Amino acid sequence: MQVSRRSFLRVTALAGGGFALAFGGSKASAQQGQQAQPTLAPGSFIKIAPDGTVTLVSRNPEIGQGIRNMLPMLIAEELEVDWKSVKVEQADLDAKYGNQFTGGSRAASNNWIPMRQMGAAGKQMLIAAAAKNWSVPENECYASHGRVYHRSTDRSLGYGELATAAAQMPVPDLKTLKLKEQKDYRIIGQWTPGVDVPKIITGQPSFGMDFTMPGMLYATYQKCPVFGGKVVTANLDEVKAMPGVKHAFIIESQVKLGPVLDGEPGREGGVAIVADTWWQAQTARKKLNVKWDEGPGASQSSAEFASKAAQISKEKPAKVLRNAGDIENGLKSSNKQLEAAYEYPFISHAPLEPRNSSALYKDGKMEIWTTSQTPGSGRALVAKSLGMKEDDITLHLLRAGGSFGRGLNNDFVVDVATIAKQVGVLVKLIWSREDDMTHDYYRPGGFHYLKGGVDTNGKIIAWSNHFVSYGDGEKYSPAAAIAPTEFPSGFVPNFQIGSTMMPLQVRTGALRAPGANSQCFVFQSFIDELAHAAGKDPVEFRLQLLGEPHKEMVAAAAKPKVENEPGSKPSDAKHESYDVERMRGALQMVAEKSGWGKRNLPKGTAMGVAFHYSFQGYFAHVAEVTVLAGNKIKVNKIWVVGDVGSQIVNPSGAQAQVQGGVIDGLSEMMNQQITLAQGRVEQTNYDKHGLLRIKQAPQIEVHFLATDHPPTGLGEPALPPVIPAVCNAIFAASGQRIRTLPLVKSGFSWA
Amino acid sequence: MAINLTVNGRAQTVDASPDTPLLWVLRDVMNLVGTKYGCGIGQCGACTVHLGGQPVRSCLTPLGSAANAQITTIEGLSPDGNHPLQIAWKEIDVPQCGYCQSGQIMAAAALLVKHPKPTDADIDAAMNGNVCRCGTYTRVREAIHKAAAGAGKEVA
Ligand code: FES
Ligand code: FES
Repeated sequence: MQVSRRSFLRVTALAGGGFALAFGGSKASAQQGQQAQPTLAPGSFIKIAPDGTVTLVSRNPEIGQGIRNMLPMLIAEELEVDWKSVKVEQADLDAKYGNQFTGGSRAASNNWIPMRQMGAAGKQMLIAAAAKNWSVPENECYASHGRVYHRSTDRSLGYGELATAAAQMPVPDLKTLKLKEQKDYRIIGQWTPGVDVPKIITGQPSFGMDFTMPGMLYATYQKCPVFGGKVVTANLDEVKAMPGVKHAFIIESQVKLGPVLDGEPGREGGVAIVADTWWQAQTARKKLNVKWDEGPGASQSSAEFASKAAQISKEKPAKVLRNAGDIENGLKSSNKQLEAAYEYPFISHAPLEPRNSSALYKDGKMEIWTTSQTPGSGRALVAKSLGMKEDDITLHLLRAGGSFGRGLNNDFVVDVATIAKQVGVLVKLIWSREDDMTHDYYRPGGFHYLKGGVDTNGKIIAWSNHFVSYGDGEKYSPAAAIAPTEFPSGFVPNFQIGSTMMPLQVRTGALRAPGANSQCFVFQSFIDELAHAAGKDPVEFRLQLLGEPHKEMVAAAAKPKVENEPGSKPSDAKHESYDVERMRGALQMVAEKSGWGKRNLPKGTAMGVAFHYSFQGYFAHVAEVTVLAGNKIKVNKIWVVGDVGSQIVNPSGAQAQVQGGVIDGLSEMMNQQITLAQGRVEQTNYDKHGLLRIKQAPQIEVHFLATDHPPTGLGEPALPPVIPAVCNAIFAASGQRIRTLPLVKSGFSWA
Repeated sequence: MAINLTVNGRAQTVDASPDTPLLWVLRDVMNLVGTKYGCGIGQCGACTVHLGGQPVRSCLTPLGSAANAQITTIEGLSPDGNHPLQIAWKEIDVPQCGYCQSGQIMAAAALLVKHPKPTDADIDAAMNGNVCRCGTYTRVREAIHKAAAGAGKEVA
């Protein structure tokens, strides 16, 4: 975001001396805004104590993507303090921090300017305080390593000595602040280990799961195995008689069913059991006997959806999303024509930390400790579900043991609040792994029926796609949509995309790189098919498809729900331009780094390539894969080139996000699928929804291509090309074209 | 039922049903929350502790079977967080979300006792039961090699 011109800085004196600096907007200006955004009240990002301790506040939820490093690093750079002297503090949910969501790989782009401005403004005020103290002009002073110096006399004062006086200085206008030049960075761009690492590796309480206070009780929550089901009866008395059990009660369902579910379709009904320890609650749960009214969801099965989709594929799409040129003629006049049916499954987020949260309800107020990625929405949902005022609900943000989009939805926050309201003491709700996997907001599956044609020059001249997805009428199930402008839309003269939707009674939602994580597999694989049909080298073919540098407007892939910063228009987030030059740059560089076309590989070993633009990042991957007898797969190495703008803030975190995205993609490709039978999710734990293990982890070589564009995020865009790059390599090595995920369905396994 | 066990060198008596998994005794009774719950069925390794020096899955270890045994958790791996693995972990910056990491370190610590200079194959064999949802495997491997090579000896 750009800090709106109306924003200004405020200072408050810290109790006990020192100063706190925050930025905010006035009530009046917020009301003039296009949409009434929450008014920003004073708050603090920077705290400097008289002893010189610098505490920087990280406003967004930390889910393992390194935000607690990146945001404070931006502030510290401009504030001119040494990173090793900085303490980092996690912000609670509070309007004074602006918006506090984590999602859509937005952290870098949303914070790049405002957080540096915070640091620069702080430095400015410290300089002003020193200048006043010495009665010299401010421009004779400069700041460095936590001190302000007077150039000609070499006098200096530490930030701690200046803090109290600095709090009285006028707050500079953000517009006039000069930010540092890239060449002068001392912190941005330095390999910076995670601030929580010392705690994590010694087992100190760090995560939502680790929150505890004396007297806390533990809860487990049995929901209907079919989404939207309701409790008819339950043997509560028997359960209450079990050791350690303090409460057992029925929670009414608030689920609103329909042909398309809402992003948050409402609290699921079930039975809560509260005991002295979680194991006692779980043990009592084994005695629980519930008679369910399963509702209409109970008739759903994955097999039926698949046969329905095959049926639909024979008809015209219900909705034409984009029609360019003349698809019929384009196909007819092609030199080579291909048809292919692609499909991918539902999958679960399955972060290693199962859903959990703690809550205390007392005297009409609710206090919640949680790992939500969208705490603002979480609070609103709790208020709505329980009929409370948002002002009566406090949210503390705790580190999440992974999230990958799961925490964009706040059902688990509502669950714990509901239970806490009933029992009136501090309670921690822990979902079992089985609860977590069977009550997710799944990455939706999908089916693509493709036709394509290349001309005699080997150029794609026709592309049609009938996308069979989930939803009804005009509305897709959450995260089940496709952008009509998604690549290669705009790059093929005769192009058509249409969709048909099937109603669904299961929750769906954004999983790391939503939309892109599945569609990239389909499109980059089919492009590969066309390349081979045309007899062209897959990299050359792709460069030809991209064409000469130009900018194509595309809608970003389906985005997770994010709250815009004050001052930004909702439309700002929707459209981004596809910069062909940047995509070409990443593709050419990955070809060069991997030795594409230049290496002699043994029989059964080959390379595959894929690229994708998503979440503002341009990524191209090459995979080297060996296919052994019995379709055993070994991924030897993956090369990744990403263009996320001019500057990597923390090279360690950036590289980690790419390595993680690659591993994540391989897990999705080989093993992961969620299937339904009689409305129930059939996979309940990691044995059936497997993660990649260390033995299978390939070498990963990561390069960032710096270009003159503002820095953007890395949580998502490195994932999508992994799957097609490997699948294309499998084809090159074995002649087997992968059109269905996961690979285990077709008899493949890891070597 | 009162059961005696020694955790991180301290003799303790726990009053809990003997079939309670050690994991939940450590976490909810002893407040040692470094050991993590990920799956409860021996699939993820997040709950790895040492029982009599051997790495075990505490989610599948009934309290009764740990009676009178010596148990080491991540909190007791080193007195000051300066086990060579912990130092290497910091230098390499292994954790992403961090949730699997105490299990990874405990499994790696048991490996280094057996194989002070492990090969990649040794590492794969010893660490294959510890999943990392965030995909830190490259750095896990690197950090184990670094610790084995004596990383941080001079630091400690
Ligand atoms: S929690 Fe014990 S192996 Fe997963
Ligand atoms: S660091 Fe997140 S699960 Fe390993």
